[in-house]
Amino acid sequence: MAERKVSSLELTNLCLNHIEKNDPKIGAYLHVDREGAIQQAKGADARREKNESKGALDGVPLALKDIFLTNDLPTTCASKILENFIAPYDGTVVKKLKDAGAVILGKLNMDEFAMGSSNEHSAFKPVHNPWDLERVAGGSSGGSAASVAASLCYGSLGTDTGGSIRQPSSLNGIVGLKPTYGRVSRYGVIAFASSLDQVGPMTKSVKDAALMLNTIAGHDPADSTSANTPVVDYASSCDEKITPIRIGIPKEYFVGELDSEIADAINQAIRVYQNMGCEIVDISLPHTSYAIATYYLIATAEASSNLARYDGVRYGLRKDPGQGLNEMYSNTRGHGFGLEVKRRIMLGTYALSAGYYDAYYAKAQCVRTLIRNDFAAAFEKVDLILTPTSPNVAFKLGAHQADPIEMYLADIFTVSCNLAGLPGISLPCGFNRDDLPIGLQLLGPAWEEARILKYAYAFERETEHHKRRPNGL
Amino acid sequence: MAYEPVIGLEVHAQLQTNSKLFSPAPTHFGAAPNANTNEICLGMPGVLPVLNEQAVELAIRAAIGLNCTVNHRSQWSRKHYFYPDLPKGYQISQYDQPIASNGRLTIKVGDAEKTIRIERIHMEEDAGKNVHDAALAGNRSYVDFNRAGIPLVEIVTKPDLHSPEEAAAYMKSLRQILRYLDVCDGNMEQGSLRCDANVSIKPIGQKELGTRTELKNINSFRFVSQAIQYEILRQTEVLDRGEKVIQETRLWDSQAKMTRSMRSKEEAHDYRYFPDPDLPDLVLNETQIAEINSSLPELPTQKIERYISELELSEYDATVLSEDVEIANFFESALQEHKNPKAIGNWVINEVLRAIKGTSITTLAFPPQYLGRLVKLIDEQTISGKIAKDVFEEMLKNGENPEDIVANKGLKQVTNLDEIEPVVDKILQENSDNVRQYKEGNTKLLGFFVGQVMKATAGKANPKLVNQILQDKLK
Repeated sequence: MAERKVSSLELTNLCLNHIEKNDPKIGAYLHVDREGAIQQAKGADARREKNESKGALDGVPLALKDIFLTNDLPTTCASKILENFIAPYDGTVVKKLKDAGAVILGKLNMDEFAMGSSNEHSAFKPVHNPWDLERVAGGSSGGSAASVAASLCYGSLGTDTGGSIRQPSSLNGIVGLKPTYGRVSRYGVIAFASSLDQVGPMTKSVKDAALMLNTIAGHDPADSTSANTPVVDYASSCDEKITPIRIGIPKEYFVGELDSEIADAINQAIRVYQNMGCEIVDISLPHTSYAIATYYLIATAEASSNLARYDGVRYGLRKDPGQGLNEMYSNTRGHGFGLEVKRRIMLGTYALSAGYYDAYYAKAQCVRTLIRNDFAAAFEKVDLILTPTSPNVAFKLGAHQADPIEMYLADIFTVSCNLAGLPGISLPCGFNRDDLPIGLQLLGPAWEEARILKYAYAFERETEHHKRRPNGL
Repeated sequence: MAYEPVIGLEVHAQLQTNSKLFSPAPTHFGAAPNANTNEICLGMPGVLPVLNEQAVELAIRAAIGLNCTVNHRSQWSRKHYFYPDLPKGYQISQYDQPIASNGRLTIKVGDAEKTIRIERIHMEEDAGKNVHDAALAGNRSYVDFNRAGIPLVEIVTKPDLHSPEEAAAYMKSLRQILRYLDVCDGNMEQGSLRCDANVSIKPIGQKELGTRTELKNINSFRFVSQAIQYEILRQTEVLDRGEKVIQETRLWDSQAKMTRSMRSKEEAHDYRYFPDPDLPDLVLNETQIAEINSSLPELPTQKIERYISELELSEYDATVLSEDVEIANFFESALQEHKNPKAIGNWVINEVLRAIKGTSITTLAFPPQYLGRLVKLIDEQTISGKIAKDVFEEMLKNGENPEDIVANKGLKQVTNLDEIEPVVDKILQENSDNVRQYKEGNTKLLGFFVGQVMKATAGKANPKLVNQILQDKLK
């Protein structure tokens, strides 16, 4: 656009055409704002014409996971309880994107209240994986990942509580960055688990992710957990000269039955870094086996609290009050929440109950500290940690519906990073025999997004995986 | 059997801040329903709390004023229950790490002083208010969230109170201090000061405490002792019948003048407290606390001491003048106009307090300086004390300054001998019988003559002078 080879309106129309043609098969969007997007695109083109462009994102067609509050489009969190809800305000990151001139195409499908790893828990429709429409897009930011993979937008925002950006990125062959907890404001993002949730970009390339992070990162006085740590220019960090660093491989992540094709792809990725001169170091993160249990206790406990506000009193769904207040609550919440959300509210309520708090929630917080310490010790020895993002490629829709535990266990490589509050990225590192994408995860110390992006970009330069697009759409 | 009551009070005081505890929404009383709200205090999706520093400062002031230890680290917790007036489904409060603990407050019951230990002070946000008024709402209920999110401190005593009178004295003393510190306006009727009472009784001498009930809805000063008195009698009757007191929450019904069961212990909520992940711990350092401490105004006991030692007031006068901070401030402002503490103090106690009849002294039509100037007019013998009362009534009526009233109404005292002497002569002439009796030794009649002269001069003659002239002439 800067070189006037293409206009924002052309790019926006291209996306809108793709959406019209392909999204009925994929189901990535819950709401498309055709008119609004065209209007914003024209505005961006006019600014560029007058040399008043607002920068890299001005006129770029993007889309938002439907967890980000917008004052002009519905925000449902893929839940019936917020069906048709329009927020009275724009969240901080939405405001930042709008101020940067980004074209907002619409709101993207997700697992209801970001609870799930397959996007089958949307109250409205599942997301189909663009690489194989029979398969899941992953979750919870499944719509955000599939829309980027299928070129239904040029980048999207997701949220990551236990892997919800990285896992779907991995399953869709795109780049997804989960920044350090506190790097990006959570104000105006519907809360799932407040101490774990973090906003991040999902894009076709590492540089795109860096550009989006440039726009959304930074302290927000409206979010008491957002950090005052300085923001660097993440995009130009990508271009810095590569120096050999130490990359840790945690032995606990390579036990059991890791899919052999995933293991091969990861080993090849390790060799790419070795060829750059990086030193590969075996490390240990000894409390890894407790991470899933710890994560599901903390996340469900916080969720049971965060979702208490959906009571039918002030906004959203309200069902028949019947005999009175309690019936209104149970009818509204019983009807408005889906099965997985109810399951987690129940789990979390139990974990916080009198008599169980110490054994569950308080204990989980202690283990969380141990997990954080594991990473602190590891980062004394290495500069980055490399792992697979997911123990599996995209699975068939319906494959795990009978057993939620099985799906919880698949979060094994992603949840620790949230528990420790650290930044991590998933980027494409290969394909299996069915042409399904495999993702590589890089984890860094807190506030080292620039380092992660720089070495992810170095990998991208050496490989071709990110250039592949799903065909047959 | 004879029983001894054991009472602990949990007092909620609304902090006088401009905005709410976790949002910039305004707090003023009397706004239209839901006018003082924004997305944060309405608990919209995606909102986050940001702590109001002014509220923290006020809580620390209260803590220091009540001799508490201010804790260097305190924590915000979520307290969960479902109710329409609670927007988020939880209240942000402080649970196992409150902002202050281990305080004490001295109360006075009759002539006896007693120290009541304060267990803790914690901060929390208020809930909204459900409206069931049939005239307004028909068969519907509405919610007004203006109060939702307003900052409160909850001040919890140890079970150190042993009578309804002590409880009332504690409330009075607590209110006085909170008002002195500008922490809370102390208005129980408007709900800015609320009191829950834990009441139990035990046989006199027994160490072990009896089963307690918690009394709620005590929304006026009068009801503090009434509700507790009722509950002590009720529990006494229960025990005397050989039954057991049930641990429960009871509501005070001020119409029926009784307490009613609200919910039993079994029905009590499991609040599922846990630390609020949206808020970092509240960390305070000694410098911050010391700074607030040094900015605190003089407290009632310090004021009383100073009034006695520096202003040479009686203990009674000093106590009455210090009872309310607004009255003390009025007194001190008047004193700046004219240094006669004793006389100004008397005027405040006898005339001003009578005039305001328990309402706020700020409703007076005239500023405190005018009272100082009125007393000055007396002391300079421009007017007599008697005339001053009339001037005072004028000041109350229209807020005019005393000099103008005296000038306009021609009330200036007559101190000129040439003006008074002829009047005296006339009175003596007209009352020759009384003059004779006086001279025969009935000197009490002097008062009669003075009265007659004063009457004849419409009270304007200087009484001292009249006295002197009369005595001279009657020799």
